[in-house]
Amino acid sequence: MLAVVGTVPDPEFPLLAGRVTLENGDICIQGRRVTIKRGTPALLAAAVKVGEVLNQEEPFGYLVGDIGRGDGSQKLYQYLVQHLKHSDFHTIAFHYVQPLVGWHSRIQSVIQKLTPKPILIADAGFMYVAKMSGRSNAYDLFTPDMGELAFLADELAPHPFYTRGFLLHEENHVPDLIARAYAHGNAARYLLVKGRKDYIANKDGVQAMIESPLEEAMEAIGGTGDTLSGIVASVIASGMEVGQAAILAARINRLAGYYAQPSPASQVSEIIQYIPKALEDILNRQKEYHERS
Amino acid sequence: MENREKADCGFLVFENTSEVIQAENLLKKMGWEIRVMGPPPEIRSGCDLVIEFPLIEELKITKILEDAGIPPLQAVPVTSPLLQPVDLLKIKDFGRHLMVQAANMKLTIDKESLTIVNISGGGCPDVPFLAEQMVGKGLNEAPSPREIGHTLCGYALQLAYEETKRRCLQS
Repeated sequence: MLAVVGTVPDPEFPLLAGRVTLENGDICIQGRRVTIKRGTPALLAAAVKVGEVLNQEEPFGYLVGDIGRGDGSQKLYQYLVQHLKHSDFHTIAFHYVQPLVGWHSRIQSVIQKLTPKPILIADAGFMYVAKMSGRSNAYDLFTPDMGELAFLADELAPHPFYTRGFLLHEENHVPDLIARAYAHGNAARYLLVKGRKDYIANKDGVQAMIESPLEEAMEAIGGTGDTLSGIVASVIASGMEVGQAAILAARINRLAGYYAQPSPASQVSEIIQYIPKALEDILNRQKEYHERS
Repeated sequence: MENREKADCGFLVFENTSEVIQAENLLKKMGWEIRVMGPPPEIRSGCDLVIEFPLIEELKITKILEDAGIPPLQAVPVTSPLLQPVDLLKIKDFGRHLMVQAANMKLTIDKESLTIVNISGGGCPDVPFLAEQMVGKGLNEAPSPREIGHTLCGYALQLAYEETKRRCLQS
């Protein structure tokens, strides 16, 4: 089963833990509804869509309201420290949470004692705090964009806002940044670098690159990275190996974007609705290929 | 990076000790977890005291201090005090739309209507909130990240927002 840890941009939203469903375009948890715009709700929506096609149970969400004050995130960290030790999730995806090093260490202490240890995915603020804490290697997958990859490659930067300019220049080759991130111990077991081209890498370098279909507008649309993280989390939770799941997820997200034919003004909900079709089409093509060969 | 447990902390540097004391009183009264200490050797400006603060919330804390008339000379990461905020902005022209990127944050505008159509990137929890408050609004009507944001991601978005205004509202 997949668990997703994140926040909702509503200061009044209480800390809720429970199964997450999709109803009329909203995500639902413990009777509360959240509109899908971007952030963790978009990640969860994508995960639910993938789970429906793969006949997986709904993801389990740990959600709290936080608009950047960190108050909700602190409650969430505290709750997880108390409750994760009783969990048996296959995969846990950590997402938009205020990066707090002390709390991250306490969560890691709990997770390291779990048997079997869940597969750990970190994106957004939780990826930042994993790197800040020097604990990137405790994770199985990070899903940075290009700016965040430069941050991972910068052994000094505590946050992407402080990434040094020479690492942010476009002429930097992605494989070099990936190698630098691994050299300094600031990458997870796998990286899924999302961008104009998606790169799947591990400590041995780039393992795969997905570059089609290409929808230039996707880069501008808030939440398209969140959907990719939700897709890959759901595929991993279905049992697929992390590297293979990352390749499949990149294809699904790109194809869903292609079907949506977005403009830079499109919203991510327009893309999420095409995720099931994208996944089914890719699975059908794979099936036809195997039947022919 | 050494001293990892301090990686989410920053130093506020002030002109003189009086400002440090005023800032300490104000921030403690507002409930921030801060402490006054001696500066590390890398910091060569300001007085002989600095305030350690939660770095992620640099945007909110510096705004509070500026509004109170005690702006810090610098805010720097504890683990690498010589690091500077990102100053490399990237621009992508989609034709009708323009995207401005600062660090991990991207702001996209409709060049004809000057409406903010998308905000993407980032990882701190104020990013989805900022997007909700700003997307769909005109560049002159939307609240600025500096006004309603809290974190370093909000700060990066502020830089993208200022550059977008500079490019689109100057003519």
